[in-house]
Amino acid sequence: MEFAELIKTPRVDGVVLHRPFLPLVEGTLCLTGHHLILSSRQDNTEELWLLHADIDFIEKRFVGSSGTIIVKCKDLRIIQLDIPGMEECLNIASSIEALSTLDSVSLMYPFFYRPMFEVIEDGWNLFLPEESFKDLESMTDEWRLSEVNRDFSICPSYPPLVVVPKDTDDDTLLKVASFRHGGRFPVLSYYHKKNGMVMMRAGQPLIGPNGRRCKEDEKLINATLRAGKRGYIIDTRATAVAQQAKARGGGFEQEANYPQWRRIHKTIERYSVLQDSLIKLVEACNDQSHSMDRWLSKLEASNWLSHIKEILTTACLAAQCIDREGATVLVHGTEGTDSTLQVTSLAQILLDPSCRTIRGFQALVEREWLQAGHPFQHRCAQSAYSSGKLHGEAPIFLLFLDCTWQILRQFPCSFEFNENFLVLLFEHAYATQFGTFLGNSAAERATLKLPQKTVSLWSWVNRPQEMEGFVNPLYEPNSLVIWPSVAPQSLQLWEGVFLRWNRSSKCLDEAYEEMVHIIEYNKELQKKVNSLRRQLAQLETEGSPLHTP
Amino acid sequence: MENIRTPKVEHVRLIDRTNPRRCSVGTLYLSSTHSIFVENTEARRETWVLHSLVSSVERPPVSPSGNPLVIRCKNFQVFQLLIPQEKDCLDVQASLSRLSRPERYGELSCFSFNPNLNKEARDEAWSFIDLRGDYVRMGIPSNLWYITAANSEYRVCDTYPSDLYVPKSATPSVIVGSAKFRSRGRFPVLSYYHRDNSASICRSSQPLSGFSARSTEDEQMIQAIMKSNPASEFMYVVDTRPKLNAMANRAAGKGYENEDHYTNIKLQFIGIENIHVMRNSQQKIIDVGQVRSPSMGDFLWGLENSGWLKHIKAVMDAGVFIARAVAEEGISVLVHCSDGWDRTAQACSVASILLDPYYRTLKGFMVLIEKDWVAFGHKFSHRYGHLDSDPKEISPVMDQFLECVWQLMEQFPCAFEFNERFLLQLHTYVYSCQYGNFLANSQKERRDLRIQERTHSVWPHLWKDQAEYSNPLYRADHSQTQGVLRPVTTPYCFKFWKAMYNRLDQASAARQSPADCLSAVREETQQLEEELSTHQEVPRGTVHSPTRQENSFSQGEEDGGGAKEDDQSQ
Repeated sequence: MEFAELIKTPRVDGVVLHRPFLPLVEGTLCLTGHHLILSSRQDNTEELWLLHADIDFIEKRFVGSSGTIIVKCKDLRIIQLDIPGMEECLNIASSIEALSTLDSVSLMYPFFYRPMFEVIEDGWNLFLPEESFKDLESMTDEWRLSEVNRDFSICPSYPPLVVVPKDTDDDTLLKVASFRHGGRFPVLSYYHKKNGMVMMRAGQPLIGPNGRRCKEDEKLINATLRAGKRGYIIDTRATAVAQQAKARGGGFEQEANYPQWRRIHKTIERYSVLQDSLIKLVEACNDQSHSMDRWLSKLEASNWLSHIKEILTTACLAAQCIDREGATVLVHGTEGTDSTLQVTSLAQILLDPSCRTIRGFQALVEREWLQAGHPFQHRCAQSAYSSGKLHGEAPIFLLFLDCTWQILRQFPCSFEFNENFLVLLFEHAYATQFGTFLGNSAAERATLKLPQKTVSLWSWVNRPQEMEGFVNPLYEPNSLVIWPSVAPQSLQLWEGVFLRWNRSSKCLDEAYEEMVHIIEYNKELQKKVNSLRRQLAQLETEGSPLHTP
Repeated sequence: MENIRTPKVEHVRLIDRTNPRRCSVGTLYLSSTHSIFVENTEARRETWVLHSLVSSVERPPVSPSGNPLVIRCKNFQVFQLLIPQEKDCLDVQASLSRLSRPERYGELSCFSFNPNLNKEARDEAWSFIDLRGDYVRMGIPSNLWYITAANSEYRVCDTYPSDLYVPKSATPSVIVGSAKFRSRGRFPVLSYYHRDNSASICRSSQPLSGFSARSTEDEQMIQAIMKSNPASEFMYVVDTRPKLNAMANRAAGKGYENEDHYTNIKLQFIGIENIHVMRNSQQKIIDVGQVRSPSMGDFLWGLENSGWLKHIKAVMDAGVFIARAVAEEGISVLVHCSDGWDRTAQACSVASILLDPYYRTLKGFMVLIEKDWVAFGHKFSHRYGHLDSDPKEISPVMDQFLECVWQLMEQFPCAFEFNERFLLQLHTYVYSCQYGNFLANSQKERRDLRIQERTHSVWPHLWKDQAEYSNPLYRADHSQTQGVLRPVTTPYCFKFWKAMYNRLDQASAARQSPADCLSAVREETQQLEEELSTHQEVPRGTVHSPTRQENSFSQGEEDGGGAKEDDQSQ
């Protein structure tokens, strides 16, 4: 097995572990193919089980004959291992470096993980496109499920089944695919039941420097318009950026060819800028020595909250066009796999109450991120401690989760899930025992045979005993469209992720428990009162004389 | 009434600040105490604004739709009106400008405010807060501390209360001598006594030490305070000013304690800026809150540039230092600044809140404000501009204290019996003068004004509405309710107080509040409990006992499952 070659020193005794908020532990450090394990050999002390894949970066320091390894994790935690013996320390460090950056997906832990629980409901079969299409069919007959991409040849980043306008045949789709970036022809993203309006997404049109046009493309999207109505194209790039894209063969829909559409440009940054923003933000959060001025200026300089604001604003715009203007919307950026998905998925959270349930949110992630071809493996290969040359790493999905958290914070009663659920998705997108977030597209997942070879995150999460920790006790189904405030004063740093390891959340956890307790006690009483009322009613009908006040 | 030129203006439009395109049409009335806007709708919704709460009345350039008038309030609310006739607009502006700047106490609304209480009820209301009772609660008088009559009739210090608590060994001559050596006679007296370990917090003004002056009596006084904490070998003197400011005061014959003259003291400077810096800083943060659709960069830059959170942190750090000295080191602390009525009040009261769970209850918080602020001569009328007087005396000292409490609530959501709404309401009352509590600048001035006979006390009024002001997460037996609070004061722990400084966005902020949801749930729970207990009275044992089950349920608390969310703290 090739892991063994990478592990020169499989175990070291007398290693001291430093972790946030926990006392020091001394014990034996073991390296396995997928884990870094520290065992104190005492029953009551918690051990460290850390996935190599969760390690973002390590630093080595030496004092005398002993060394220290600082392990920076993708979930932003920083732990320290004091290792006696220079050679041992170097060996451990180089093994961790090698094991945490394995190239081959098939060597990843999810392929080796065997669940300790019984899979009752297989997450891999939970959110099939044909099932969700049935729901759509019950509302409208204007769309059809196309198999044009069944072998992933038309669009490698699309799933085998996509929803397209009924009157558009597969030949047309083929032509349109050649006119859109990455073959990403416009597909249905969301159907707004309330007024029948839709949101579509695509890659940029390849008009190039000469203003190429594609009649089929125009026809396809025009087919989604109601007679006499205009639609909106939301381009997630600034006008200048979209202009520049023409020189490289891309571009945007020109007014002359799309007279029924109004194009709006918004500025959502590209991945390298976002990754840089994450690195700066986490650096600011981790430095406790800052003065207030320095903290605020670093927070500002990271631009993270500006990105949040921009993404949320664009999502609100899309939702507004659909719900308030009663218009059809097409969203795209360049590839249509990053900012586009942030916008379409957040807009659905605002518009569609079902996306605010636990299952609905899972379905949204499955539909708008996994099936829609967000390249998770590339984007989440490195997190905030990454350095050196990057290969498309970017916190696109984390930004989406952060935006969701901002909405949840403003509408604390409208979501069935709580913050923990969002944190969980963040962690598993970056390092996991489950197969859900492996690969970059449906095509890759099919090649890797993930459903057969790995366990789905949803199989685990949806077990009642796990679910319990993710349910928002304040949840009251709210069938309305929700409109969050995107004013800077309304947006906050997501402490649950960014300050999670820097300040104890004990008091906030206690408050949460208190809230759970208050609500459960209330439910219990309600149950009791209802049963008493029933008993009373029964007694009364039986005609027994009662003298209740 | 002679100041009201136009008592009624019709067809006035009140503009919705959250959506300037929306407005309501109605009639504006000016009474002697309020501006009242009544909507011309079926509901006839009314908006009342106290004149004494108005901080400025501006008249932006005339627009085609009418004559705009912007009324800014001291609690940062803003009302925008459009008045059809220019003359009416000018009249309203002139009237309001005059009415909002009374020249004599007698013009303030508390003297005309009549909540229909008879004399007994009014007197009873004034005795609602019992400061002697609070010292008794702390275990004072004791064999170490006594209540001195030295300041009866405000003979020694006219800005101090008449009841003062000093160490047993501080004789009247020591008191008088020490008072002579302190700015405005504000000699060291007891503010808080920590029963657990006999450490105390005393407060005073700066000593008149200059470069070389000393006073045996003042040194004896400090020694006596230290000795009143038998287990300790030294005490802290916390000068809440930046060291540079304190040094500059020496040139004026004031300054700070010379460690060579006072044995066994450790001097500590905290660096809270003066009232002028704070006034300017607050103006900047108000501006930040009122910018229309700022970018994130503008907002964060404005927040940093205002320096406001830095100042809040300084006040909090002062409180944390004192509380740590008292609770963890068991060392007594003397706190002073220059006059000992602004920064000293902030530092002492923040420390008391951290140390003593009682001050985190609704009643206890009232006691604390009455003690450390009202009785000890915080100059309310000067600081909050109750009368038309020197604008340089105005400063948001109390605002900062209330904000420190709010920041603490964010960190300890279960620790306080009262909620954010209570802090905001209190802030409004401090400025509005509808009640007499916060009038004038000292106990003596209030006595001379016969406040207790002529005005009403705000505390019973607030107490009556306690359901409105209670924190649903508070439980007297919760661990956060007990003992000393140890807040983290890393910069990222301080947040922009949106409910205070961004009232513009109020409507949207009110969308969903977890606290309000929980309060509703708790209320319903109470009703259910009542219903259950009625059912229990059903005869012949037809119903099995619910009480026992209830109990077992409430004891069988969840073990959490590592749940974590800070919704309720937002």
